Amino acid sequence: MNPVRFSLSVVTAPIHYVANIPQRLLSWSAEGMRSREDLEDENLRLQSEVLVLKRRVQKLASTVAENTRLKELMNASDLLDDQVLIAEIIGVDPDPYRHEAIIDKGARDNVYVGQAVLDAEGLMGQVIEVGLLSSRVLLISDISHGLPVHVNRNGVRAIAVGSGKLDLLNLIHVPDTADIARGDLLVSSGLGGRFPKGYPVGVVTKVEHDPGRPFALVEAKPMANLDRSRHVLLVFSEEGRRMLPLATGGEAASVPPPASAAAAAPESESPPGPAAPPAEEVTDGD
Amino acid sequence: MEIRASGDQLGPVIVSLLLAAVLAVVPVPEWATGVRPAWVPLVLIYWVIAMPHRIGVMTGWSVGLLLDALTGAVLGQNALGLALIAYIAYVLHLRIRVFPVWQQCLAILVLVGFYQLVSIMVMRAVQITPWTFWYWASVLVSALAWPLVTLGLGYLRGRRVF
Repeated sequence: MNPVRFSLSVVTAPIHYVANIPQRLLSWSAEGMRSREDLEDENLRLQSEVLVLKRRVQKLASTVAENTRLKELMNASDLLDDQVLIAEIIGVDPDPYRHEAIIDKGARDNVYVGQAVLDAEGLMGQVIEVGLLSSRVLLISDISHGLPVHVNRNGVRAIAVGSGKLDLLNLIHVPDTADIARGDLLVSSGLGGRFPKGYPVGVVTKVEHDPGRPFALVEAKPMANLDRSRHVLLVFSEEGRRMLPLATGGEAASVPPPASAAAAAPESESPPGPAAPPAEEVTDGD
Repeated sequence: MEIRASGDQLGPVIVSLLLAAVLAVVPVPEWATGVRPAWVPLVLIYWVIAMPHRIGVMTGWSVGLLLDALTGAVLGQNALGLALIAYIAYVLHLRIRVFPVWQQCLAILVLVGFYQLVSIMVMRAVQITPWTFWYWASVLVSALAWPLVTLGLGYLRGRRVF
């Protein structure tokens, strides 16, 4: 952790809080001035949503038990439920070419560098800088961000890198023969050792096979509302905590995780074809 | 003009620079992020021209470091740019003071252009930054916002221009 930045963040955090006041007032007044019908509508919608979710939870209990039994049979390590902490986004990076957000939790709340950040829909990004009262989150759509994923349907591994656009992720080094189709759900694979596995990342929106290119062109749309969520979840996973001493050891903190995963994950699936494009899009950070 | 010591208090300087820092990070709709005026350089240039014996390169450097921490840029990126334009503004302050407004705007165009140039040079040296034409739009908007800044800050100091 950079000590200069850490101490400067004590000064900058209040500036972010002040900058956030107009938006907070706006949403507060919008909350306070909603009509009765709106609230009734919302109430109805939420109630039906709760019913649907409750039904799923009923099935979940038995599925989890079954899953644990099967995992025991396979001698695999158990999936522990992760602890989460709710944080609020108090600012976004004013530079339109960097996708970063500032949240209102910092070292005081045991936030650590490399921690995964989720919203209600899916994975949003990771913490790259921790101040005392606030921290900085790199979103998965940032051009320097890469993230190991696999297709939920069949487990095909890939690397999702940000494109600099909020609604687009690119899957790189996907062989033409890989079984990825439009509409496939991508979930984090946990291979980089930084993100917990199993959280939804995006939906494949486009698969293009161009004979002139060594790899298929695969695009995905992030599940998380990267530009809309105000409340996010910080995940305290066992894997993440184990990463901690490594992450604080210097420049490793700012390099996105899939540097190692990029080398490890696709090798089993990439054909012995033409030379792979240089991987600098993935490894370059900060 | 230098004789009036009452106009040389640092209170308005600190307040306006903090305000500029807030404006630099206040969330705006996506289309507006590219055309946000460079508030901090504008306010800094104003104060350098208005009281060059108190506000100068060191102020630019310190404010730049704060801005770096605020925006998550490489430490020193904005510090370098702001120190540079503080120096140029210091050298030219006697001339800029007597310029008509449109000519002042031209000077600001060049100064903020220098600042943006230094910023993108540092950014491209340390990380990948997509190169777009819109990056320079903020320079033009800053030049157009200059009369607003002189009016507002002049009012803060008791209806003086400089």
